[in-house]
Amino acid sequence: MAARSGNGTATKEYKVLGTRPVRHDGADKMTGRAVYGADMQLPGLIHGKILRSPHAHAKIKSIDTSAAEKHPGVLAVCTSADFPDLESRVADLGEGAVNLAHLGANVLARGKVLYKGQAVAAVAAKNPYDAEDALKLIKVEYEPLPHVNWVLDAMKDDAPLLHDDVFTDEMGKKSDKPSNISSHLHFEHGDVDKAFEDSDVVIEREFKTASVHQGYIEPHVSTALWNTDGHVTVWTSTQGSFTVRDQTAGLLQLPVSHVSVVPCEIGGGFGGKIAVYLDPVCAVLSRKSGRPVKIVMSRADVFEATGPTPGSFMRVKLGAKKDGTLVAGEAWLAYDAGAFPGGMIGPGCMCVFSCYDIPNARVDGFDVMANKPKTQAYRAPGATQAAFACESVVDEIAKKLGMDVIDIRLKNATKEGTRRVDGPVYPKVGFVEILEAAKASDHWNAPLDGRNRGRGIASGFWFNCGLKSCVTAHVNADGTVALVEGSTDIGGSRTSIAMQLAESIGIPAEDVIPRVVDTDSVGYTDVTGGSRVTFATGWAAYEAGVDIGRQMKERAAMIWECDASNVTLEDGVFRNGSHSLTFKELAEKLNETGGPISGRGNVNPQGATNTFGTHIADVEVDPETGKVTVLRYTAIQDAGKAIHPSYVEGQMQGGAVQGIGWALNEEYMFDNQGHMMNPTFLDYRMPTMLDVPMIDTIIVEVPNPDHPYGVRGAGETPIVPPPATIANAIFDAVGTRMHELPMSPPKVCAAILEKEGNSL
Amino acid sequence: MATVFIPPQMRDLTGGCSQVEVEAGSFRKVVQQLDEAFPGLGVRIVDGDRLVSGLAVSVDGVVSSFGLLTKVGAESEVHIVAAIGGGV
Repeated sequence: MAARSGNGTATKEYKVLGTRPVRHDGADKMTGRAVYGADMQLPGLIHGKILRSPHAHAKIKSIDTSAAEKHPGVLAVCTSADFPDLESRVADLGEGAVNLAHLGANVLARGKVLYKGQAVAAVAAKNPYDAEDALKLIKVEYEPLPHVNWVLDAMKDDAPLLHDDVFTDEMGKKSDKPSNISSHLHFEHGDVDKAFEDSDVVIEREFKTASVHQGYIEPHVSTALWNTDGHVTVWTSTQGSFTVRDQTAGLLQLPVSHVSVVPCEIGGGFGGKIAVYLDPVCAVLSRKSGRPVKIVMSRADVFEATGPTPGSFMRVKLGAKKDGTLVAGEAWLAYDAGAFPGGMIGPGCMCVFSCYDIPNARVDGFDVMANKPKTQAYRAPGATQAAFACESVVDEIAKKLGMDVIDIRLKNATKEGTRRVDGPVYPKVGFVEILEAAKASDHWNAPLDGRNRGRGIASGFWFNCGLKSCVTAHVNADGTVALVEGSTDIGGSRTSIAMQLAESIGIPAEDVIPRVVDTDSVGYTDVTGGSRVTFATGWAAYEAGVDIGRQMKERAAMIWECDASNVTLEDGVFRNGSHSLTFKELAEKLNETGGPISGRGNVNPQGATNTFGTHIADVEVDPETGKVTVLRYTAIQDAGKAIHPSYVEGQMQGGAVQGIGWALNEEYMFDNQGHMMNPTFLDYRMPTMLDVPMIDTIIVEVPNPDHPYGVRGAGETPIVPPPATIANAIFDAVGTRMHELPMSPPKVCAAILEKEGNSL
Repeated sequence: MATVFIPPQMRDLTGGCSQVEVEAGSFRKVVQQLDEAFPGLGVRIVDGDRLVSGLAVSVDGVVSSFGLLTKVGAESEVHIVAAIGGGV
């Protein structure tokens, strides 16, 4: 692994940033003492279970819970009838508007079930076994309806209609009749048709991708207590305690101050632990039983009722001049949203051509409902599918023109001032530096010998975001600082945030004690998502450190009887003339100079921090079986400033492995009833450490000028390039272009046979 | 004057016009000017006191979280773009 600075960018020298201190939560996690949601124990705790739909699409004619309520172990039963009626009420939940009626129906079905596994009723009992038994006593009368899973089928005029109150939206213009197409986006700039006419080479291809799950190792879990004073407390596994608070309050029509959310440690989320599923149900069961209620999902529940990412159909067309200049682009993207509107088509449309300066481009995108679980964000949502399509066509154009596949990307790379297809221009970005790093890498320049072996390269982009973060920090008398934050820690962010506070006041990272606290103990903080936490919460920590430094200077000035403006703070030492005090020495004197000092940082950075990445893969294809083995893999990415390089490398490696899963194996497989056939980790094939080589990483640092330490965010971009990288490597190995994910052995084998004029 | 880029899907109300010059101010004032020039355009952008769900405003390349309160400078470039949803 290596880190390098982008050409022409001087990275500042830091004392703490760029080092690799031991993570603050390491001991708890290594010794099993970290408290996860399933560990929650409370006096009087009872256990809930969810009854789920056996149909992919059906009307609910009646629900009879009377027999379950009479079960001796049962303390409460609930259905959607126990929730407020929220007819199409839209609520702002911080990171976007949400239709509460749809959210509520996904938590417990109301009138209709829209996918197999949708929650219909819930039971709370003295133990999980009684709860499970009682579920069998609930009588639900269904009227099965035709279902539709595949996005193109769902777009047809005669497709089964999921909602009769959803109309196609085209930037505020609504269709005349209800449709499974909830929105159509259209972006265009330049003269696209003429540019294609003027192109020397034009390639158009169609692509399909399967739904895949985020695959977090910890299932969803929640515990709630509805106290007799009307206050609800939720202990949960989430990417955002405040969004759980707001969603739960919205669904139960409570003031947000009546709901407290305590975030437990989280065993992965990747975008899938933002929407609520269990929390409001636990709360209602608690209200009815008078006891705290815990529900833990099974792995099958997780697969069938949460996530996944959209399945998609895409058509991408690119036109280029003989010298490799891309002059025209056209994309037609249809992503399924699952059972409710609001999928990932927007970012898919904005990302499909995001790596390149294409002066004439047109993108159409469709958000399409289908009888599948409501899709949720998954690491750069919508971008991985789009990059698979675009980067495959870019590779094909390069090969057709006889150009080097990195050179064609360098020739057309997005730079500062490049206009996006949806209009805005990019700020300073580091894509060129990444491509140059790829070209200079050991991997790219190493020989690759052997039959059926090939090397591929592809790039990807994600916006990253800012959003709201709050940090408070309190100086202890021993010179340490307690840091209080609201960002749940998925990837080691406690330490990367603590390091930014430490840097700002010149103390070691180990002297900062970070704590992730509940919604009553810190200011509003948006979700851990959008690659935003090290960027935005880190910025809040920096602000809190600056605030502490300012106050500490005043204390030093009091001791030295000078003006505070004459006191400096450098490397953790306060100075004025011949006087000096270390941070620790001054901290000891706080009580005698006016009492405690707390710092505060509340931030809401605007815009996006924009990260590009390029991956290189060597593969070997077994032409007899179609199995693809990844021999070597390198991920190159711009982190702006890598605060804790090990965590950035970890994000790059984790994203790459997840992307390799998308590429080669992972998919929701449905039978003809619309039921998922593989809802276990045995049959839903995620890569393990035995399936992938060491993922090498090269961190490029092109500092973000809009962050105090140059941070861009690193978590999402690394999942974007892998499927296209592997597809391009397969082509290099066996001369077969793959246009469908996953590129599993049967598909690769069939493609090889087809190329040879045979079939399976 | 600030320049507003009209998204292709809203040009049915602008007679195909793709760019409009407006006085600087808040984005709310920008929308008022657009609606005066192209009646009906306002309700495609604004729902009550907020942007229509699914839309966002970008000023000088920066997507704003301030919605109608976003400041638009005299030389600004304004785009109405799709909001990135899904909690990312």
